[in-house]
Amino acid sequence: MFAFIVSRIFQALPVLLAVALISFAMFAYVGDPVAIMLGQDYTQAQRDALVAELGLDRPFWVQFATFIGNAAQGEFGLSYRLSRPVADLIAERAPATLELAFTAAALALIVGVPMGVYTGLYRNSWPSRFFLTFSLIGVSLPTFLIGILLILVFAVWLGWLPSFGRGDTVALGGWTTGFLTLTGLKALVLPAITLGLFQLTLIMRLVRAEMLEVLRTDYIKFARARGLPNRAVHFGHALKNTLVPVITIVGLQLGAIIAFAIVTETVFQWPGMGLLFIQSVGAADIPVMSAYLLLISLVFVTINLIVDLLYYAVDPRLRIGRGKGGH
Amino acid sequence: MRKLLMAAALGLALGGAMAEARTVRWSASGDPNTMDPHSQNLGTVTMVLQQIYDPLIQRTQDLGLAPGLATRWEQVEPNRWRFWLRQGVKFHEGQDFTAEDVVFSITRAQAPTSNYGIFVDTIDRAVQAEPFVVDIVTRVPDPILPNKIASVFIMSRAWSEQHNATRPQNTRAREEMHTTRATNGTGAFRLQTREPDVRTILARNNDWWGWQEPASREGNITEIIYRPISSDATRIAALLSGEIDFVLDPPLQDLNRLRAAQGIRVLEGPEVRTIFLAMDVHREELLYSDVRGRNPLRDLRVRQALYHAIDIQAIHRTTMRGQSVVTGTFFPPQVNGYVREEDVRLPYDQARARALLAEAGFPNGFGITLDCPNNRYINDEQICQAIVAMWARVGVRAQLNAMPLNLFFPKIQRDDTSIYLLGWGVPTLDALYSFQSLLRSRDGGQGNGIWNYGRYSNTRMDQLIDIMVNQSGEARTNAIREALRIYREDVPHIPLHHQMIPWAMRANFQIPHMANNQPYFRWARMN
Amino acid sequence: MDQAIRRFFDSDLWFSFTRSPVTIVSAIVAAICILGAVFAPWIAPHNPFDLASLNLIDAFKPPAWTEEGAREYVLGTDDQGRDVLSAIMYGARVSLLVGISATVFATLLGVSLGLLAGYLGGAIDSLLMRICDIQLTFPSILVALLVDGVVRAALPREVHADIALFVVIFAIGISEWPKFARTVRGSTLVERNKEYVQAARVIGVPKARIMVSHVLPNVIGPVLVVATLNLGLAILSEATLSFLGVGVPPTQPSLGTLIRIGNDFLFSGEWWITIFPGVALIAMVLSVNLLGDWLRDALNPKLR
Repeated sequence: MFAFIVSRIFQALPVLLAVALISFAMFAYVGDPVAIMLGQDYTQAQRDALVAELGLDRPFWVQFATFIGNAAQGEFGLSYRLSRPVADLIAERAPATLELAFTAAALALIVGVPMGVYTGLYRNSWPSRFFLTFSLIGVSLPTFLIGILLILVFAVWLGWLPSFGRGDTVALGGWTTGFLTLTGLKALVLPAITLGLFQLTLIMRLVRAEMLEVLRTDYIKFARARGLPNRAVHFGHALKNTLVPVITIVGLQLGAIIAFAIVTETVFQWPGMGLLFIQSVGAADIPVMSAYLLLISLVFVTINLIVDLLYYAVDPRLRIGRGKGGH
Repeated sequence: MRKLLMAAALGLALGGAMAEARTVRWSASGDPNTMDPHSQNLGTVTMVLQQIYDPLIQRTQDLGLAPGLATRWEQVEPNRWRFWLRQGVKFHEGQDFTAEDVVFSITRAQAPTSNYGIFVDTIDRAVQAEPFVVDIVTRVPDPILPNKIASVFIMSRAWSEQHNATRPQNTRAREEMHTTRATNGTGAFRLQTREPDVRTILARNNDWWGWQEPASREGNITEIIYRPISSDATRIAALLSGEIDFVLDPPLQDLNRLRAAQGIRVLEGPEVRTIFLAMDVHREELLYSDVRGRNPLRDLRVRQALYHAIDIQAIHRTTMRGQSVVTGTFFPPQVNGYVREEDVRLPYDQARARALLAEAGFPNGFGITLDCPNNRYINDEQICQAIVAMWARVGVRAQLNAMPLNLFFPKIQRDDTSIYLLGWGVPTLDALYSFQSLLRSRDGGQGNGIWNYGRYSNTRMDQLIDIMVNQSGEARTNAIREALRIYREDVPHIPLHHQMIPWAMRANFQIPHMANNQPYFRWARMN
Repeated sequence: MDQAIRRFFDSDLWFSFTRSPVTIVSAIVAAICILGAVFAPWIAPHNPFDLASLNLIDAFKPPAWTEEGAREYVLGTDDQGRDVLSAIMYGARVSLLVGISATVFATLLGVSLGLLAGYLGGAIDSLLMRICDIQLTFPSILVALLVDGVVRAALPREVHADIALFVVIFAIGISEWPKFARTVRGSTLVERNKEYVQAARVIGVPKARIMVSHVLPNVIGPVLVVATLNLGLAILSEATLSFLGVGVPPTQPSLGTLIRIGNDFLFSGEWWITIFPGVALIAMVLSVNLLGDWLRDALNPKLR
């Protein structure tokens, strides 16, 4: 077990290093930071002084090491656009994104799994057909279009829910939460649906497919033959066996949710990291972009690692010879 | 928790003094990029800071001058203005307002890291004459100094020294200072919460000296919540659904719907801002053009042709939805020096445009890149798109390079452009500000040609501008008149229109419409 | 050739196609979208790129069947007087071009690497699959955003405008290749151990030749399914990037760009500027997805 964890962590490190290298290259070389800092009129001496001050005259690897050291301490310099430390900006925005992502994931699971089980068990009933068609539309509708339509219907026409922002938030230590106020909860509804819809359809289709596979296996047939009631077969045997891939996908999809939050946050002006990132791309705010890149890779690598470990814990077959053979 | 209790206690205390808490929630597309009062001379910054900081002289509702932190002022000598200061004023954090603060603030605005140089360009120094009297010594006689000083906010010297903020934040060097996020003014509202890009909350300063003035006696706002919403559609949806009370910059295409909507009011009025195209008339060869070996824009006939090709009425009607005042000059009638007879456009005439191009040696037109901001002025990108199409009809193949303002301004400020769209507001309400910034040759003199990125240079124009700086009375008026005639004949710019600035709000909110596009919440009422 | 055609019509595939009305409708819709896009320059009523033909007088015309509509502009016009129908046809052209190019790019890259990994095995296999694993954990839209962001930041604006289309294709393609590699590798592992491959190896056919002429034809089925499903995704990715304002350059508006621009007019009553491109996008992606779904089921005998 321990060896497995260590080996996975060692496999993750090169990824992070590679991403760090890209971030650093952006940070140090894109858009000539010296020229931007000096403005229009400067002498060569001023330029040289600044280059020395920023350490840009040192060898590449020394600079890179310094960058990694700073990054490890959360030091990414100041945002070009907002003149504030990048780390502060990201720390302020992270709770908004994480709360949105969490709600969307919960929504997708709570609705998606039962729908998947149902459509798997009753393949040809008309609700199943309806769910399937619905899921296909869910996959084909771009997130931003869903968001726009929801705003149009629920915020503008019906006036039930807010169309932007997080509502009122409560500060708990360094964390701001929207879960504790009515306006915060109301503001969460539309973005969470927008963000969760794709995941919901994905989970539903996955659970359905897994159920279909499992129901065809011999041991289910055997269980039925033993005269076990349908309930026990479906939920005791079949559903349990579909859980491993569901866990994996949900875990991996957490990353996708954070990524698609960029789109949702743009549509709803949700003050999270995604909106910060898009605004930074528009403004060529490189320190924020490179910090976001590094942070998000860290999140993904961590999620991946945790999913791997869970997998390892859930499915004993994997404890031997993983990585050999096909999928 | 303690904060919460304190806030509750404060609320109770206030409850006695005032009938009710009146909160106004408002929005615009952009967020201020600093809270430093002398760093960035931008409308988005001022719209928050002018609620917090007072200048010596303030603007009235029709943009006239009224006593602010100074109760009286006078040009005691040609080169010396004297200001008598208001006594008994306190800063939000408790410091007493003194003459020292005035001297400090004016000196601070003169720093090279300040963007407010144009307002203090003639000032040699500010000195304390008596305990509550400050003299401003100018290098040349400056008749319009009070107009400029009305844009310089006064901050506390002791507070700035304590927080190591004695010079303005330099946003270009990207430094964070205490003043990036914190404020300490004497104004009607104090800063309570500042979350960049998310929200900015101001609370009423009950000790403000001005609440007893007739104009603000009716003002009943106790809290201001500002939230930037960059998406037009979302901003309007929020206003319609009642999530916000006031939108400073409603998109023009939504005005009709807003007017028809129940419980929404649209205030319309002109802005002191003119939109025009400026162009590189300096280089021997344009940076972004397919013409080699010569600069077509140096030829008056080409400039006239581009001018004749623009169907400004179509832009007025369709792109601006009637919300613009078509013009042939570069500042509106509210500005001192405006001359009706010089406000005449070259007519829209495609045949004439083609003929002029052919005469200038471009019978088949030429290619050029038009630089255009896409989030600064009302429908800026759409205007540029329309112009590109209009030019195409006379054979000029323009490429549109539309970009957000934080890329656009650095680009044109490097003179890295061939032709660009610019909007120019006149906070001093005097013609000199426009002439000096936009048309004066760049000779290093403070304020000369600092926004003249096409590097237009005309000796007679320079002489006339110098007269505007140094003289007053009829000589000055005549100089402005002649300069306007040269502007019309020499076509250094292609003027388009003055912006109209509609404001949209819920019907229970009232605020006077201001031609400088600044909301003054001290005069606002919420019912 | 004749025989091949006859064989196709006799096949199970064709049979299952004729039995599924949804699939037939999707195929028709997809065909209309594709033909309309491909032949846009010849059949579109106007050329939205011909600036000289634009006139602001024609701006904001509603669709032809409404009272103020003009017959000349069936689906109305936008804020610059551009014909919405023509803009959609040209926009779909850009969307399809990007979607197909990105998918082809991802397919070529994924199939070659998947073949290599599956057939050669060993260290190359581990390395390639490790990269796949890692990249699959990053959602493709994020990879595309980051690739686009890096290129955008690294290149001067003027250069970027010229190559923006290729950047988007590359960004989307590079984010999708692992799916193909995985699929191909899996099938290759199965094929590799089959007798005919072993026989070929024994008689000394070079590896490259075995891969291309023996293994490849047998893995093409699943690749086709993944590619079809991926096409819908690639089109959506492009639309999303363009909606966020970082996709194709505004001089070549795709459906996503049209939706972004039209979004400003949605609430002001000029709904047709954004709704029609939205409908076109959904129709295109939905029909392609349905076709992909059908193809997957039809090629997978287990589900029949």
